[in-house]
Amino acid sequence: MGPLYPQEIINSEFNILIGFFIGIGFGWLLEASGFTNTRKLAGVFYGYDATVIKVFFTAAMTSAIGLFIIHHLGWIDIELTFYPKTFWIPTLVGGAIMGLGFIVGGFCPGTSLCAASTGKIDGIVFIIGVFLGIFGFIFTYDLVFESLRKSGNMGRTDIAQWLGIKDGIFIFIMVIVTLVSFYVFQKWQNSHTKNMNESDLNDLGLDKPE
Amino acid sequence: MNKKNKYINPYLGGFLLGLLIIAALYFSGEGLGSSGGYRDVAVAATDFVAPEYAHENTYIGPRLESGESPLKTWLVFELLGVVFGAVLSAALFNRLKFSIGKAPHISNNKRLWLALIGGALWGIGTQLGRGCTSGLVLSGMAVNSLSGYIGLIGIFGFGFIFAFIFKSIWIKTKN
Repeated sequence: MGPLYPQEIINSEFNILIGFFIGIGFGWLLEASGFTNTRKLAGVFYGYDATVIKVFFTAAMTSAIGLFIIHHLGWIDIELTFYPKTFWIPTLVGGAIMGLGFIVGGFCPGTSLCAASTGKIDGIVFIIGVFLGIFGFIFTYDLVFESLRKSGNMGRTDIAQWLGIKDGIFIFIMVIVTLVSFYVFQKWQNSHTKNMNESDLNDLGLDKPE
Repeated sequence: MNKKNKYINPYLGGFLLGLLIIAALYFSGEGLGSSGGYRDVAVAATDFVAPEYAHENTYIGPRLESGESPLKTWLVFELLGVVFGAVLSAALFNRLKFSIGKAPHISNNKRLWLALIGGALWGIGTQLGRGCTSGLVLSGMAVNSLSGYIGLIGIFGFGFIFAFIFKSIWIKTKN
């Protein structure tokens, strides 16, 4: 029964090797989806490219449904896996800072690493920025961030339990939300791409709507 | 910018990414993440340059207590894999070349300054918010954690507001 490493079914060297191979898949999929192209990423916020929404929500729902199933089949004990504790205040504030960073910088940490690795100079510069930010955070932690980072502690909180519904119901609702968002963002994308010039369409790897 | 970029079907890409998240949780009990690996590298660098300071620092000191290298973590090796995977994919699709991605109306200089500033905001935001788009939001949503959804609202919700304010970075406004 999973998870394997937390129960010492595999050793730490093998575990790290698995991390490396999972990373290869992760980097491959981000690159192959076009996420080293900053215009595609920004496109989700302006409606001209729905790729981010499609990839991101398909991944989130696939993994949520898959985990729900294998958990109920008894193949994995979710109590033993990664589970981010909720500190709602710093996560909301940090999230807003990241949202600003997304619009200004045009990447997030994972996509910028893929971009930098494949020769995108804007990705390389973005990563330098990320490290400047992290060092700034480390050096000023006591002075500026410590109390904020520790505030709003809700511990291990499941969103479905928090809303007072069953996990399966929550996932079902999210699947509906996901499908509606695909429809809306596709319509929004079409409204842009039908008037888009050839060079922009080629850059984004998109086609005109039929 | 003459040749059309070929990208994989986004639903297929998302589905495979979802399976990868399940695999990460099943084998290693880990979520897919990025900013955690960046932090580990920053911790190692601080420890290398100023070990005494690093051990006394309230934020990173606890990560150095075990005596193990902060680089020998699952997340750091996962990021090494990300580099390999991205290069392999780009090589296969013939996209491996130096370039600057941006909206056409923005100068290279401006784009790189904005990338630097945006990156720095992510550096701060990820440490404050405990993760980024992959580790906090995507992996968080996979396990139905409230934190993942708060991150989603933070990054994408506020993202749309900032997108409206800073529209001129990405969209050429008609004069």
